[in-house]
Amino acid sequence: MDNTNGKPIVEISGLNFWYGPKQALFDINLAIQPNRTTALIGPSGCGKSTLLRCLNRMNDLNDEQRIEGNIVMHGMNIRHPEVDVIELRKRVGMVFQKSNPFPKSIFDNVAYGLRIQGSKKNHLEERVESSLRRAALWEEVKDRLQESALSLSGGQQQRLCIARTIAVEPDVMLMDEPCSALDPTATAKIEELIQDLKRYYTIIIVTHNMQQATRCSDFTGFFYLGRLVEFDSTNRIFTNPANKQTEDYITGRFG
Amino acid sequence: MELHFDQELAQLKEKLLLMSSLTEHNVALAIRALVERDDVAAAKVERDDDLLDKLEIEIDGLGIRLLALRQPKASDLRLITTAMKISTDLERMGDRAVTISRRAVELNKEPELKPLVDIPRMAEICQSMIRDTLDAFVYQKTDLARQMIQRDNEVDQLNRKVQSDLTELMLRDSQTIVRGLKLMRVAQSLERIGDHTGNIAEEIVYLYEARDIRHHQETVAA
Repeated sequence: MDNTNGKPIVEISGLNFWYGPKQALFDINLAIQPNRTTALIGPSGCGKSTLLRCLNRMNDLNDEQRIEGNIVMHGMNIRHPEVDVIELRKRVGMVFQKSNPFPKSIFDNVAYGLRIQGSKKNHLEERVESSLRRAALWEEVKDRLQESALSLSGGQQQRLCIARTIAVEPDVMLMDEPCSALDPTATAKIEELIQDLKRYYTIIIVTHNMQQATRCSDFTGFFYLGRLVEFDSTNRIFTNPANKQTEDYITGRFG
Repeated sequence: MELHFDQELAQLKEKLLLMSSLTEHNVALAIRALVERDDVAAAKVERDDDLLDKLEIEIDGLGIRLLALRQPKASDLRLITTAMKISTDLERMGDRAVTISRRAVELNKEPELKPLVDIPRMAEICQSMIRDTLDAFVYQKTDLARQMIQRDNEVDQLNRKVQSDLTELMLRDSQTIVRGLKLMRVAQSLERIGDHTGNIAEEIVYLYEARDIRHHQETVAA
């Protein structure tokens, strides 16, 4: 399994995860390469979103959860009790399935995280513009920054959420089915954006859309019943997977 | 549950098998036309070649449709892309069979130049190569497919011998030149049939092992 062609930004080892009595992840070992897009695929309930949520400790919000194993980012185990979770979530941003802009202006949505950090006004405007540009939304909203974010289309709202995540300069961006509610045109824009953004960030995307995985990712991991069945370059996974279960899943002969 | 896609892939395989066996049959007929001086066999080669052309177009059309509509992956993707390449090789082999049968018809009008030994031997190896390649395809025998590359070398050697023997003959007796050149063309056609069979064998290795063994190298896909 060739997933170590550089020094990884995130190293997951021996990761087990339970929701109450139910084990959702089994002994996950995975190295995420920096400035690459990694796609996590697999049938519903296979654990891919659970893994995603382990990476910014979103699962901490669930009292019933239990976790074992290590997730090392920049040499630091993010599960260590002294890790500042707020700081972690700044470094590991997340974009959700359904866009979730705040009921505020377009500008304020992007500026939100920066204001919490105490950014000065001039700096704030600059960062809002650069974030919107990186999210390929600036040209569409530059003349209406004070309008409500809710006035944007679904695709624009999702790019706004990406801009909001970018604004605090994360290292890693987690995307959980970011296009599942979007039409093909809006999806194509987000996919293009993902290709551009990996120059600056490491992206991990959960998707049910295998074409999307082939179009946007460099590496793909196939999950089934809480286990990482196969992880390799996207090219390899979709042309010559090593595992029969992976082959069956990607060729639509699963189950 | 059998998928519609599986039925379409089975249809593609079926057409490819039909085309392969028809090609094998046509090469055999072309050789019979030459060795047994049988013009009827030669005419049949011409007629069946139209069928091969038609099958090539059908396989390509089906392949393109499946690529566009089904977005195949992994072994499905390899099957479709290989089927399209194999059909091209088979079509060209069919054309070579036509060349042989046309030269046979011309030669049949004249006295026999010499008893044929090496050309029938070449034809025999080519026919067995086509049969074994077909077997390798049907039964997923990649070892057998790899052997074809060796056997193609035998065909190449025989071709060199035929070319040199005929050159010598033509130098000795200018009366033999016209017939000699035609036989040279037959041997060259068989040599090309061997090459195309070798190509197909390489495609079969790629199909089942995802290993690209073309041009004397070996790489694993992706």
